[in-house]
Amino acid sequence: MELKHDVVIVGAGLAGLRAALEVGDAADVGLISKVFPTRSHSGAAQGGIGAALGNEEPDSWEWHMYDTVKGSDYLADQDAVEILAKDAIRAVYELEHMGVPFNRTPEGKIAQRAFGGHTKNFGEAAIKRACHAADRTGRVILDTLFGEAVRRGIKVYSEFQLLDLVMEANQVAGIVVYELSSGQVRTIKAKCVLLATGGFGKVYKTTSNCFANTGDGVYYAYRAGIPLEDMEFVQFHPTGIYGLGVLITEAARGEGGILRNAEGRRFMEEVAPTIKDLAPRDMVSRAMMTEIREGRGIDRRDFVHLDLTHIGKDRLAEKLSDISSFAKIYLGIDVSTEPIPVNPTCHYMMGGIPTNSDAQVLNEHGQPVTGLYAAGECACISVHGANRLGCNSLVDLVVFGRRAGKKINEDLGDIAWSGAASQAEDRVFDAIARIKDRKKGERTGDIRAAAQQIMTDKCSVFRKEKDLKAALSELRELQERYQEVSIDNLGSRFNTDILEALELESLLGLAEAILVSAMARKESRGAHFREDYPERDDNNWLKHTLIQKTEAEPKIFHKPVTITRFQPKARTY
Amino acid sequence: MEMKLKVFRFDPEADKKTYYSNYTVKAEPWERILDCLNRVKWEQDGTLSYRMSCAHGVCGSDAVKINGRCALACQKLVKDYHGEEVVIEPLPTFKVLKDLIVDLDIFFERVDWIRPYLIASAPPEKERIQSPEDAKKMGESIRCILCACCVGACPISNENEKYLGPAAIVQAFRRIFDSRDKEKAERLKQMDYPDGVWACLNHYECTRVCPKEIPVTKEINLIKAEIKKTTS
Repeated sequence: MELKHDVVIVGAGLAGLRAALEVGDAADVGLISKVFPTRSHSGAAQGGIGAALGNEEPDSWEWHMYDTVKGSDYLADQDAVEILAKDAIRAVYELEHMGVPFNRTPEGKIAQRAFGGHTKNFGEAAIKRACHAADRTGRVILDTLFGEAVRRGIKVYSEFQLLDLVMEANQVAGIVVYELSSGQVRTIKAKCVLLATGGFGKVYKTTSNCFANTGDGVYYAYRAGIPLEDMEFVQFHPTGIYGLGVLITEAARGEGGILRNAEGRRFMEEVAPTIKDLAPRDMVSRAMMTEIREGRGIDRRDFVHLDLTHIGKDRLAEKLSDISSFAKIYLGIDVSTEPIPVNPTCHYMMGGIPTNSDAQVLNEHGQPVTGLYAAGECACISVHGANRLGCNSLVDLVVFGRRAGKKINEDLGDIAWSGAASQAEDRVFDAIARIKDRKKGERTGDIRAAAQQIMTDKCSVFRKEKDLKAALSELRELQERYQEVSIDNLGSRFNTDILEALELESLLGLAEAILVSAMARKESRGAHFREDYPERDDNNWLKHTLIQKTEAEPKIFHKPVTITRFQPKARTY
Repeated sequence: MEMKLKVFRFDPEADKKTYYSNYTVKAEPWERILDCLNRVKWEQDGTLSYRMSCAHGVCGSDAVKINGRCALACQKLVKDYHGEEVVIEPLPTFKVLKDLIVDLDIFFERVDWIRPYLIASAPPEKERIQSPEDAKKMGESIRCILCACCVGACPISNENEKYLGPAAIVQAFRRIFDSRDKEKAERLKQMDYPDGVWACLNHYECTRVCPKEIPVTKEINLIKAEIKKTTS
């Protein structure tokens, strides 16, 4: 059965919802969500949203912009970062007006706290810029935006999975979706499609990401010929609960938490003397892994301690209650008396679908694809460059989600319906039939686990040519094995077995894009650290990577970084 | 250690009757019940259906009944079951769509019905000022993740399908006690009917199972008290 909306938004996290609010009053919009909207992964964001409100101490958007550019290791496009830092202030007030229950200062203003890489006066000292609702900031913003979508009566398709992007020449024609409850495959024709499908941390074994984060939107764009940008930049958050990856927000360090090695030493003092434990994530992750590699992990094992014991029970309850509860539930630890074992966990993808600052998706010639937009983690605008600062992801979502909506409203009248969407579901029918008809074959879970292990072992915080090469060859073997994947569940209702098998194609495709991009970049910058090329090399590599799928090997090419206010210099804290 | 699971099964299109499937999986003591379910599905039986996503208690997807008690499968650990058989069933009260997956349409409709958004006059240029004391009045309600454990566990919801239910009331609480909201009186009126707050008879089951430790019954009673205050 065919459906039709002027505008289809895929993903109902913060970017998708914020865009939907912008479009919903003006046009017929359908919002597609793989889960229920309130279960989107934006809800797992803990620590805060960055904006130079200056409520706790003087601040300016220029300082926020500088921190973002420096944090990105100068790979972010500065025109886009300027929009982010300036508009963050308006965006946070807007969220407050919508009802987000932010923590408050004694005067009743939105409270702010310190976060990694946020500084005053261009790097002088740490600054309180993170607006927060205890440590569940993403969750309450998600609930608030969802409430606004309810108020506007936005049409939501819950538990519908994107399975293809339909394109005709340089224009989008619609999408193909799978209705989980019935197993029906449907085409949704649309003039405009916004991809807001989030990240794909499930490429790695240990990740803070949810199970839904398999990068479907990014992969289907890649498969449709859109080159992906800066895929080598994968952020590892320093403080995942050891073994589980469950996130302990950076706000824990913003509130005074300290990382300690086996000797009890605060090792960040040597790495970043000015801001210590509040250095950007890439630097802290590398510092932790270095401690572990040099035998100073706790009990010589592969974790260090995050010490919150000096913060005090009251402050922990008021500001960090969710993470206190995570530690209690999963480790049986009372964080007010015991340190938390942590190590880096795959957290955020700086790379993704290339867009301009109006969220228009760019093709291989750098030209907008008619009717196609992307926002949020699936997009690469690029405001995060080689390393995203904490609290900038929520800003990115609401600032560029809104801009996407505005641009769609502007463009909608000029876009004609494309005819290409007829029978677009055939390819998906075939893919499902091939898997369901295979009597005996490979299990999805086995191939997925092998791929996640390869990426974790050979392409994480530290990388080198030899490992990346080996990983690529092993991954390609898994892609071969994927051709033999088969499932148990041949039914139609809530068949998550078939969905996981289809998601695996996305994961394998994106893992390859990460590996090939990481092999190509022969320097170290931000989250991409090459042990065989440990220095940043601005002469040769101050440029974005683009990777495009072809019949043979993926094609790598580059585009320049936009630099406006801040020239690259050494990145010390 | 080995975990024995007994899992509720039902596909209304294929099965005449509900039944249970038994599985044995290997699991570490620190692993979650959700990990056990995943092991079943990935290694033994891909026909089993359940919802999950974040796996650490913030998305609310994997609410089920575990050994008779509504809970999130990602918050319950293997070690707490000491090798006993673990019976996993769908949330009670709701219609089963397949295996552990229940129909949440009415649940979300009720949340929508309470108007889960701020109703306020035109905003100032910057933030609306709200004192920390006023912010605290929203209490723990802001922690709600809409997992539906409370409704599943509520004996009243189980008997009276018209009862608004604890989750929608918690959502209403959040707005009633938000000093920025201008519809407090109307919102209280909306709760004031026999199948609204008054259907609650203080069984406290919602409070007992809430994975975010929201004092649900207390919040329902605070609304009752507020209604009494305005009508007396």
